[in-house]
Amino acid sequence: MTATQAWTTDQPIVRIADVYKAFGAVDVLNGVSLNVMKGEVICIIGPSGSGKSTLLRCINALVPINKGSIQVEGQEVHDPKLDKLELRKKVGMVFQQYNLFPHKTAVQNVMMAPITVLKQDKTEVEARAYALLKKVRLEGKEHSYPGELSGGQQQRVAIARSLAMNPDVMLFDEVTAALDPETVKEVLVTIRELAEEGMTCLLVTHEMGFAREVADHMYFTDRGVIVEQGPPKEFFANPKDPRTQEFLGQIL
Amino acid sequence: MSGTDLPVLLPAAQRLTERARREREVGGPIPRLQARHGVWLAVILIFSAGAAGAQAGAEQESVLSIMLKWTPLLLKGFVFNLAISFLAMVGGTIVGALLGIWQISLLPPVRAGSWLVTQFFRNAPWLVLLFFCMFLLPFQVEVFGLVIPLPDWIKATFGLALPVMANVSEIVRGAIQSIPSGQWESSESLAFNRRQTLWQIIMPQCIKRMLPPWMNLYAILTMATVLASVVGVSEVMTLTGQVLSAEGGRTDLLVPFYSYILLWFFIYCYPIARWTVHLERHFAVKT
Repeated sequence: MTATQAWTTDQPIVRIADVYKAFGAVDVLNGVSLNVMKGEVICIIGPSGSGKSTLLRCINALVPINKGSIQVEGQEVHDPKLDKLELRKKVGMVFQQYNLFPHKTAVQNVMMAPITVLKQDKTEVEARAYALLKKVRLEGKEHSYPGELSGGQQQRVAIARSLAMNPDVMLFDEVTAALDPETVKEVLVTIRELAEEGMTCLLVTHEMGFAREVADHMYFTDRGVIVEQGPPKEFFANPKDPRTQEFLGQIL
Repeated sequence: MSGTDLPVLLPAAQRLTERARREREVGGPIPRLQARHGVWLAVILIFSAGAAGAQAGAEQESVLSIMLKWTPLLLKGFVFNLAISFLAMVGGTIVGALLGIWQISLLPPVRAGSWLVTQFFRNAPWLVLLFFCMFLLPFQVEVFGLVIPLPDWIKATFGLALPVMANVSEIVRGAIQSIPSGQWESSESLAFNRRQTLWQIIMPQCIKRMLPPWMNLYAILTMATVLASVVGVSEVMTLTGQVLSAEGGRTDLLVPFYSYILLWFFIYCYPIARWTVHLERHFAVKT
């Protein structure tokens, strides 16, 4: 069994301590530490190749870490005997490229994991899937295939698909980066609603305006380390590190 | 794309690029058998039969009636070809699909072993494999005291099933690896295990990619069944040879008879080729 320590809500739901990761000779993460409390929304920004996406993938064990420790609700993610099913029930993830299952309709995409993995009752899951699609404003699109939906609609199906597993933490990996400008907003609205409902969210994003508005805490990464962090107001108003200043100067 | 869907109207270079792209997509050559190929065969048959008829004296039987006389026998042989092709395809597909899945196994020995078997049988000449099976397999096997005879045609089926198996293995492996890695990643993040991901997410998407090359392989196999004549199975080629010698080895009958057989193969393979092209188009539009 996985080493799961007693976890209470006054402790960080995600605890990342001194994590190192290298792909071959390329160091991607060089000692990253951060904590996320339940219901908190954190945004990670930084230049491409700074290890943002890798960090998210480490949290749900898609990428194994070389050194350090990651805990989600007290469950040790770096444990070699990790119960991956248990971890992934708790952590949902949405990708830049949506990665919907193209051979299944929107509602089937949402229903698949709870039925196959959690062995839940089909009629109960179906009702929940319809409710989730309604929640992400895709009423009437339940029986469309991913190929028939716009990027923004696909991404919202992907969010609903993750939510169907009833996760406690959601990871968003540059979810709007592949979208047309006009559909970015509909996805961001969905994420903001989730955040307002108290979902713990970790976002990697390039949408600075959105980050400023929705985040409780900002992180700036560069070359595999966290260079600067702080509440968004302060973080955007007067960044202290020259690298953060330069990056924000280029983007804003 | 230009404004036309008709391949004929596209300039040659563009047509070739388009074809290369589609062949890359299905992972192998796409059969381009066309109705006019059959017309050519029929023309050759009629002309050669006419020529043979003109050469023959008035006292001799006409070419047409000779061919009609032997048609039932030759058809029996042809059915035998189809039976061999069918059985070899079924067997080769079942074992080949397993091999193909093993080629992406996470266990290194399984992966290496199935890779080796696949490469060996895929790159060995079909005729050599056929001879191997003819001479290495016993004429009967005993299972739990039950004696099962292994006639030549069964051995030939084994021999042809081996290269089919290796090719199916490569088709399956290629199709699985052509699915974007994001599909594996998102399934994994939804807590699917590897087996569930493979069977519920990856394989259903592979089927349509595998179908055209698989049907193509079947057409190739059907035409390869005549190799069995070399090892003495009484299929259509063997029978044609026997019929020709029964007719006194008349050289003017060679071309009509062999083009007659060729025409049968065309009639059998043409619909398969058309259907393959149709399926390929159908799937190309959907994704």
